[in-house]
Amino acid sequence: MSEYKSGSNLEKVLRAGHFAFTGECGPPQGANVEHLKEKAGHLKGCVDAVNVTDNQTAVVRMSSWAASIILLQEGLEPNFQMVCRDRNRLAIQSDILGVYSLGIRNMLCLSGDHQKFGNHPEAKNVFDIDSMQLIYTVKTMRDEGKFLNGQDIDVPPKLFIGAASNPFAEPFDFRVYRLAKKISAGADFIQTQCIYNMDKFREFMKRAVDMGLHEKCYILAGITPMKSVGMALYMARQVPGMDVPDSLVKRLRGAGKGKAAEEGIKFVLEQIEEFKEMEGVAGVHLMAIEWEHKVPEIAERAGVLPRPTV
Amino acid sequence: MIVAEPKPIKELLEMVKDSNRILVVGCKGCVTVCNVGGAKEVAILASSIRISRKKLGREIEVGEHTLERQCDPEYVDELKDMIGDYDAVISIACGVGPQFLSERYPSSRIFPGVNTQFMGGAEEHGIWSERCAGCGTCVVHYFGGLCPIARCSKSLLNGPCGGSSNGKCEISKDVECVWDLIVRKMMEQDRLDELIEFKPPKSWITARDGGPRRMIREELVK
Repeated sequence: MSEYKSGSNLEKVLRAGHFAFTGECGPPQGANVEHLKEKAGHLKGCVDAVNVTDNQTAVVRMSSWAASIILLQEGLEPNFQMVCRDRNRLAIQSDILGVYSLGIRNMLCLSGDHQKFGNHPEAKNVFDIDSMQLIYTVKTMRDEGKFLNGQDIDVPPKLFIGAASNPFAEPFDFRVYRLAKKISAGADFIQTQCIYNMDKFREFMKRAVDMGLHEKCYILAGITPMKSVGMALYMARQVPGMDVPDSLVKRLRGAGKGKAAEEGIKFVLEQIEEFKEMEGVAGVHLMAIEWEHKVPEIAERAGVLPRPTV
Repeated sequence: MIVAEPKPIKELLEMVKDSNRILVVGCKGCVTVCNVGGAKEVAILASSIRISRKKLGREIEVGEHTLERQCDPEYVDELKDMIGDYDAVISIACGVGPQFLSERYPSSRIFPGVNTQFMGGAEEHGIWSERCAGCGTCVVHYFGGLCPIARCSKSLLNGPCGGSSNGKCEISKDVECVWDLIVRKMMEQDRLDELIEFKPPKSWITARDGGPRRMIREELVK
C-alpha cells in the first residue's frame, strides 16, 4: 500500500475500507470557547472527523482554523473548511500553511455562500479563485510542493483534500461532470449536500459509478436530520439548492405533534442503511445542525459505533 | 466611455483558425471614440486577417459591418440577414457586444476582438485613464470630486496610505496617488476637516459584489 497523502484519521479509515462517519460543528458567533467545546464534545468517539464550518451562510463566526485547533486540542480530528469568499490567493495559501503547521490534516474546499445571505450583506466578496481552483491549489502545494506562482514551498502541507458536491442543484445533467472535474482537480473525498430526495441521489450515484468516479475518490453522502416540520419547510423553500420532497414533509407532519423530530431521525437511519449498501458511497457525513447532542444517539442507532481505529 | 484595447492579432487568428468565413463587427459607440472598434478598425482587422491567410495560402472571406451600437437589440438585429453566412463572428465592441450578439444569434460562434479595460476618459489623444469603478453609489463629492474607489490602488476611503510618495502610488511611479490629489484639492477648498472625519466601511451591495446588476426604469418600460 502506498503512503498516505496526509495520514489523517479520516484518510486512514477510508483507505482501510471502513464505512466513514463524519460530523459537523459550527463555530460560535463570538469567542465562547466553552460552548464550542461542549458542542464538539458530543461528537467525540462518534465520528471519524468533524467538519468545522467557515463563516457558514456568510454569518461571521469564530474563524474555522481557530475552532479547528480547539477541536484538535479536545482530541477530535477536524475537517477544516475554507471558503473562497473571504480570502484572496495569498491568504488562502498562508492559511493552508498555518493550519497544517498546527496539526490539521483534512481540508474541505468550498466557494462559499454569497454574502447576500449572511449578516454582512454590504461586504465585498473576494472570489479571487473558485472552489475548483482551491482544490487544485491545495493539491499543487501538497504534491508538487509549490505555491500557485510556481515557487517552491519549504516543507509542503500534507492535507487530505475534500470537496463538496450538490447533486440537487441544476442543471442536474451537469452535476456529475462537475464532480468529475473536482476529482480531476485533486479532491480525495467528497461530502455531498444534504440528501432528502433519494430517487435523485440514486440516479446521481449511478451516473457517478458508471463514470468510475467512486474508484478515484471517496464519496460521503450528506444528511441532516429534520427536527421539525417547520425546518423541513424552511429547507424546502428558503435554502438554495436544497431538494426536499413533499413526501418527506407529509411524513414528518403525519408523525403527529411532538414526534416529528423522532420521525426525522428515523428517516436518516433509513438513509444510512441504504447508503451502507449503495455502490460508490464510502460513508456518511452527518450535519446535525445545532443538534450535536443527538449525534451519539443517531450513531448508536445507525450501528456505526464504535468507530474504527486504524 | 468604456475603454478597450485590441487583442493581439496572433491571439485572434488562433481563435478563428478553423473558420473560413469571418464577419468582423464594429460598434459606433465608446470603442469608436477610443479608436479600437469603429468602422476604421473593422477594415484594418479584416485586411490583417486576409493578409495572414494569404500568407498561409488558405482561402478566406472576411465580411465587415459596423453597428450603431452593439449594446442595443434594435441595432444588433441589423445582422440577421448576413450573420448566417459566416462561421465565425469577431466583435470588436466592448465585452457587452459579443454577449448581445451571442444572445441574439444563438447558433453563431462569436469571438471577442478587444480586451475591455475600464470606464474612463481621454487625458489627451492616445492616453486614457480609469475614473469610475461602477460601484453603484457615487461618493466623489466627499473627495474633492475624485474617486478613490476607482483610482486608489487599494480603494481606500481613509487614505492616503503610507506608500504615497511625491504624488505617486507605491505600485508604480507611473500611477498617480489619487489621495495626494484629494488632499491637495480639499486643502485648496479649505475642507480638510471633512477628510479628517472617519469614513465607515462602505456598502458594496450596489457594486458588482452584490451580484450581477439589472436596472428597471418603470417609466421607460413599454
